[in-house]
Amino acid sequence: MNIKDLQRVLQENIREYGMFIALFVIWTAFAILTDGIFISSRNISNLLNQSGYIAVLGIGMTLIIVIRHIDLSVGFLAGFMGALAAIAMASWEWPVFVVIPVILLLGALLGLIPGFLVAQMRIPAFVATLAGFLIYRGAILVVTQRTGTIIIANDAFNAIGNGYIPDLPVSFLPETHKLTLIVGILAIIFYIFNEIKGRRTKQAYNFEVLSNEIFALKLIFVSLIMGGMTWVLSGYNGMSWTVVIMLLVVGIYHFITNRTVLGRHIYAVGGNPEAAELSGINVKKITYIVFAQMGMLAALSGILFASRLQSATTTAGTLFELDAIAAAFVGGVSAAGGVGKVTGALIGALVMASLTSGMNLMSIDISYQYIVRGIILAAAVIFDVATRNS
Amino acid sequence: MNNTPILEMKNITKEFPGVKALDNVSFAVKRGEIHCLVGENGAGKSTLMKILSGVYPHGQYDGDIIFNGETQQFRNIRDSENVGISIIYQELALIPDMSVYENIFLGHEISNGPLINWNETIKQSTAMLKKVNLDVNPAVQVKTLGVGKQQLVEIAKALSKDVQLLILDEPTSALNEDDVDNLLDLLRALRQQGVTCIMITHKLKEVMSVADTVTVIRDGQTICTIDAHTEELSEQIIIKNMVGRAIDNIYPKRDHQRSTEVVLEVDNWTVFDRTRGRNILKNVSFNLKKGEIIGFAGLMGSGRTELALSIFGNPENYTLVDGQIRLNGEPKKFNHPHDAIRAGIAYVSEDRKKNGLILTQDVRQNISLANLNELAHQTVIDENQEVNVANKYKDSLNIKTPNIDQTVGHLSGGNQQKVSLAKWLFVKPDILILDEPTRGIDVGAKFEIYTIMNQLVEQGLSIIMISSELPEVLGMSDRIYIVSAGEITGELPIEEATQERIMHLATRN
Repeated sequence: MNIKDLQRVLQENIREYGMFIALFVIWTAFAILTDGIFISSRNISNLLNQSGYIAVLGIGMTLIIVIRHIDLSVGFLAGFMGALAAIAMASWEWPVFVVIPVILLLGALLGLIPGFLVAQMRIPAFVATLAGFLIYRGAILVVTQRTGTIIIANDAFNAIGNGYIPDLPVSFLPETHKLTLIVGILAIIFYIFNEIKGRRTKQAYNFEVLSNEIFALKLIFVSLIMGGMTWVLSGYNGMSWTVVIMLLVVGIYHFITNRTVLGRHIYAVGGNPEAAELSGINVKKITYIVFAQMGMLAALSGILFASRLQSATTTAGTLFELDAIAAAFVGGVSAAGGVGKVTGALIGALVMASLTSGMNLMSIDISYQYIVRGIILAAAVIFDVATRNS
Repeated sequence: MNNTPILEMKNITKEFPGVKALDNVSFAVKRGEIHCLVGENGAGKSTLMKILSGVYPHGQYDGDIIFNGETQQFRNIRDSENVGISIIYQELALIPDMSVYENIFLGHEISNGPLINWNETIKQSTAMLKKVNLDVNPAVQVKTLGVGKQQLVEIAKALSKDVQLLILDEPTSALNEDDVDNLLDLLRALRQQGVTCIMITHKLKEVMSVADTVTVIRDGQTICTIDAHTEELSEQIIIKNMVGRAIDNIYPKRDHQRSTEVVLEVDNWTVFDRTRGRNILKNVSFNLKKGEIIGFAGLMGSGRTELALSIFGNPENYTLVDGQIRLNGEPKKFNHPHDAIRAGIAYVSEDRKKNGLILTQDVRQNISLANLNELAHQTVIDENQEVNVANKYKDSLNIKTPNIDQTVGHLSGGNQQKVSLAKWLFVKPDILILDEPTRGIDVGAKFEIYTIMNQLVEQGLSIIMISSELPEVLGMSDRIYIVSAGEITGELPIEEATQERIMHLATRN
């Protein structure tokens, strides 16, 4: 095999692989520092469940930043949506399968408000959403005024943040979660099948493709990572519903941003709004859509968080927006607009959650934890800027 | 005149990863002369000037810079300014919201300790403005001035730093004829006062008018230096040296169309500009026939771009007061560029970086942007088909790029313009509006664009070309409309059009 080719492929794609490498380094470091506790099935499973509500916010925030805006209101919007969901179930006794879609829809509708202020009134997003930040914070306090923390007694709802997908009722392989294994294996097969199919189509068009060896190496490498994650998760309770939701969201968003006309239009608006407008793209419409999806994901984040705590608290959502922004930037989004991937935001959220989890295991004081996370955020953005210019 | 050169650059070599931008270039400028530096885009002119002004510091290039008899090793722009070298870039570097006097002394404020002496600043600014013959109140905001006046403010700023060598990078590319004349007069006046000047330009007419010496650079090498006072100099000679071949006529021949089929008719088009608070277009009427190129000539700011944008349905800042568009005889109204594109109209912007291209995206994504729906099945883009489309245009328009995955921000001006053109050809328009189609691109690329235009009209497209370069208007159009201060002041068939007649009509209002 030609090592030079491999080097070239890695160099050309350093920005894409950089975050995965960073995550790998962080996990390895914590694995060593905690004598392997960090990569135990239980810890990894917890870590994924903890990052869920920030990851979905980070994915939405990535698109907001891609179109050169910001949304500071999403943290308390998430908290407010979680509180409304709790009230709908506890006081109004709505069934859970009604509550969830209604809350998601309401989130999207509320997202249209900053969309309107930014697109139509031309108010800077920072100010418009700072107003939302204050309003939703007040709104949480208003709706929880009489009761304080609202306990959620609905098992189906609470399973979203705490439950795991059911296992197959067979006695084979007693210590592992069989359905998780099967899902993982199917995912790997699907991935390999898809890659080969894509490569065949490209060859049919006579396009340049990776050489056989490097292509095989890539397949093996990615399959190993997927397999490894599956194995680790199946060693504890299996795949949680949070992970399922997170993967679904990132999968759908990845598809929309990379393959659809809407996705291309979002990135064009971010790269150059004037040129996009003159190319027949309705920039206002795109702005509305991006803020609405952010509102919807904020609602989802609120549901995940409330479900995880099995209650809606008066402080839910505090600092979520800043964690989401950090996840997006660690994930490689550019503040100049037009550049940034939703998969990056997922990795970014995992990086930040891993730091918290690892340092907690090492019993590092919270004060130093903040400092370390700040340094990592700065380092990630420095890396990003440095590799972009070269 | 002192005969020792004020500046000598010896054996300058500068390499970028993979490219040798300058290869052993030597260049000398005599004291008190106007020295024009010409060459195609990408020839290395700007790189050479960036080395001279310290943008690329000593150590990043090979060779010597000798200024006023001393070898210089500039670490940054400030070093070069300290010895009296000032560079004015194509894109003006003024702060639009600051006043004229704040801008003139920005970076070298007149101060007593940490406090700025505003009275002295204003007094000296007034003196500087007088030197450049600019009669404005130094307290007005720069953004209220036209481009021509802003350029003069830039020069005043350079003069305030006791400049000995003034470098102007394409100073006239955004100016109208009057402002160009003003600027050239000013350069002559500065020459009288002993300021040496290097001017980079694409406009050979200006070279012929002011240059004492001309140096031609091609492919990173000095081709020749011609003394205008002792040697023979003509536009033909310069062009021949620039492109390495003689171009007899840079406007390729085409039979002028005499179709009678009118594809576009605009009547009484009157448009109100909300930002300026007045009508910028008044009762504009014109028509376009099938397979025809009509030229819109006029001064900068006469309203030609606004005419194109308001027809194209760009709602930003404009309100249509009156008027009608008929497309193939049918009345139409476009509320958004989207509608105009669907109706078969394409608009290639004059400012490809600001309004034309998504610089962060690659060639492929830029070409497909305005017509993604054609490549999509149920809104999912067929990327393989997209690659084919992009490659097709890359080949047919001869876009010079390693591959279609190249970010367009990294391409040269001429190739960016071709990408912009490719994007609009892919929407398969019937009517193509080209706004300054060859601004800031070199002679070779211009010729290619003109050739493409001719091919397009032969295929039955109709083209509206807005251009401030009269030779281009005369060389390419079948018919010419002249716009002056928002009104059409004349229509000339190509046979009756001359530069003098056009200028006469363009300055009527």
